[in-house]
Amino acid sequence: MSTGRWWREVGWRHGVGLVAVLFAVVPVAYVVSAAFNPLGTVASTGVIPKHLSLENFAALFDDPARPFARWLLNTLVVCVVVTGVQVFCSALAAYAFSRLRFRGRRGGQLSLLLIQMFPQFLAVIALYSMFTAIGEVVPALGLNTLLGYSLVLLGGSLGQVWLIKGFFDTIPRQLDEAAVVDGAGHATIFFRIILPLARPVLAVTGLLAFVSVIGEFLMASIFLTDTQAKTLAVGLYGIIAADRSNNLGVFAAGALLTALPVVLLFQFLQRYIVGGLTSGSVKD
Amino acid sequence: MKAPSIVATAVIRVLCLGTAVGTAAALTPVLIAGRHYVFLAIVWAVIAVVLATYATARAVPAKYLVPGTLLLILFIVVPVLSTLQLSTTNYGDGTRTTRQETVERILANSVVQVPDSPKFNLSVATTGSPASGPITFFLVDQKSGALYSGTEAGLAPLERSAVTVTDNFVSAATGYTILTPLQVNAAADRLRDFTVPTGNGAIRQRGLHEAYEGRRTLQYDQGTGTITNTVTGVRYTTAREGDREYFVGPDGTRLSDQSWRSDVGLANYRRAFTDQHILSGFTRIFIWNVVFATASVALTFLVGLGLAVTLNDSRVRGQKVYRSVLLLPYAIPGFISILVWSGFYNQDFGLINQITGLHVNWLGSALWAKVALLLTNLWLGFPYMFLVSTGALQAIPSDLREAASIDGAGGFTAFRRITFPLLLVAVTPLLVASFAFNFNNYNVIELLTHGGPFSPGNPDAGATDILISYTVRLAFGGNGAQLGFAAAIATLLFAITAIMAAAQYRITRRLEEMN
Repeated sequence: MSTGRWWREVGWRHGVGLVAVLFAVVPVAYVVSAAFNPLGTVASTGVIPKHLSLENFAALFDDPARPFARWLLNTLVVCVVVTGVQVFCSALAAYAFSRLRFRGRRGGQLSLLLIQMFPQFLAVIALYSMFTAIGEVVPALGLNTLLGYSLVLLGGSLGQVWLIKGFFDTIPRQLDEAAVVDGAGHATIFFRIILPLARPVLAVTGLLAFVSVIGEFLMASIFLTDTQAKTLAVGLYGIIAADRSNNLGVFAAGALLTALPVVLLFQFLQRYIVGGLTSGSVKD
Repeated sequence: MKAPSIVATAVIRVLCLGTAVGTAAALTPVLIAGRHYVFLAIVWAVIAVVLATYATARAVPAKYLVPGTLLLILFIVVPVLSTLQLSTTNYGDGTRTTRQETVERILANSVVQVPDSPKFNLSVATTGSPASGPITFFLVDQKSGALYSGTEAGLAPLERSAVTVTDNFVSAATGYTILTPLQVNAAADRLRDFTVPTGNGAIRQRGLHEAYEGRRTLQYDQGTGTITNTVTGVRYTTAREGDREYFVGPDGTRLSDQSWRSDVGLANYRRAFTDQHILSGFTRIFIWNVVFATASVALTFLVGLGLAVTLNDSRVRGQKVYRSVLLLPYAIPGFISILVWSGFYNQDFGLINQITGLHVNWLGSALWAKVALLLTNLWLGFPYMFLVSTGALQAIPSDLREAASIDGAGGFTAFRRITFPLLLVAVTPLLVASFAFNFNNYNVIELLTHGGPFSPGNPDAGATDILISYTVRLAFGGNGAQLGFAAAIATLLFAITAIMAAAQYRITRRLEEMN
């Protein structure tokens, strides 16, 4: 293939791709650069790191006014609880929708679809009053508690039904039938056959749920105002809202520690993610 | 299933159900004491549903649907219904309590000490947390030494054996925490309003360790709903001012600035549609809201699809590398990227002005702030659209395209006539869902522009506000919480979302029928 023709047919594609890569990478590079920049100011930070130091990371863990380790722990607790319950509840419901035939199945699926289009935080006022009242009776579930906050987010515990059901539908029914012949009940089929086979989609939906919980900001900013109860989203926001220009370095260090594990997981699971996102979009 | 596992599951089932019923039973007296009857009903309704589902071997689908559905109903459906109900009230700062509670508070505040008032040695106690638990007064009459316990419900004599008394003070009681002086101080605000009603007045705290039984100067007449001052004889009646009611004397002076929650019918909705100030803000915000959501979806989809088509060519090497790098923006938690982007728009030091050499006041001008939002949202959203389009493209059988080229269709015609329509069927539900998501995308607005810039004429509604951010500001903003009104706007938003949901359903169905 001549160079001219190569460029016309393939080369320009790399050109477009590189522009997109640049667009995608610049903000990320900026965070990395800011995190390692000891000056930590907006003015002294560029896309290419000019200085290298771990000062910001040390500062992050040093200041008792911003207990980063505590926020990290809070976030992990909330993420694990919410993700775990959400994926499990969604898998249960997906099994019912995929394998069982019952009256109201279609209606149930449809109303679930409709309810999920309502953003929960439109009801934030009612939720706020509700949890104020709950807190008066059971203080461990009220405002400023991780348990209460997790419960609020668990309103969306059927959020992953469609992706998981899409996957369950691809598992051959002959497997279930064979198990029934062997005397297995519906619970055995679900726990021993379907769930183990569905590991890839469970991992992907778990990851998607995890990221959305890490990034959840509105509810957290209203429910978790006590420094010790904050999650990373509210806590790190507080750092940069307090002094946008001078706290940039510390914020970036925190952001890096938050995003890095998620990014790595995404890379690890990426081929499942591409497949998962589209398989869930087709409904029956 | 083997026999032991049947036994094990049965034991686990009994344990779980038992724990649930036990918890509910333990909560019941607390809920009754606090008069939380709605809660009580909800708790037992949940228990009944759980028992009905899991204690029997029937209704197999329910066993799989109940856990998620219960959570969905409790923390989405119930709050939505309660938002509807709130939207017809004047709930907000100064009107958080019911009329009855407000009357009680006004009466309690009228208790004054008279010379022969009985005095008590006071120990403040609680069954819950010192900061927020229900308050109980343990009282020792300074003259007779008689023991009493008092709550908001009233006064009751106390057996000497039930508590420990040291130096004429109750120092310990089973089931109660006696507050330390420090904790009493910390609870000062609550204690100021706390009274124990008695026959001829009420008992209030005075100082750390003392309480007195004072006489009420105000009296409430249940029949006429009026309050009379027993000293001056002035009668206060209910008068409405705006959406609030107050007790007002004959000369028009307010007895108290405290109002209470009351139904205002559709007044909040009327206000949203008739108040010129709010209406002009509302219409403008609604239009921008639609533009923002549409433009966000269109831009991200065009860029994502364009990239997918460009790179989805077997001759392009390194597709995996492209894909994993372009995944980055999608993998980074949104609040981080949005905050980083907001730094880029700084007029003096921001990366964008520095790179381009411009001096645009990005977040200070209404137009540029909108551009900034769309640009940021493009960065956040295009990887998702890229992945989705890539997946959809790869799912389209290649023989369709070959057939098209045999029929003489060129590259672009084949794409427009064959590939694109097929792809659209797969991604339309995602596009509409993405529209719905962006329509209420509070995060990007709040973290990037806070709804601003604001014009001095209308500090409530900023140039980049969308309805949800406007609602949140009304509800929790600095100018006094207008929860009832905010709930009305939220309800309007629910209605708009419902219409969009219906539209999505129809579009999806039509597309699926076409194929």
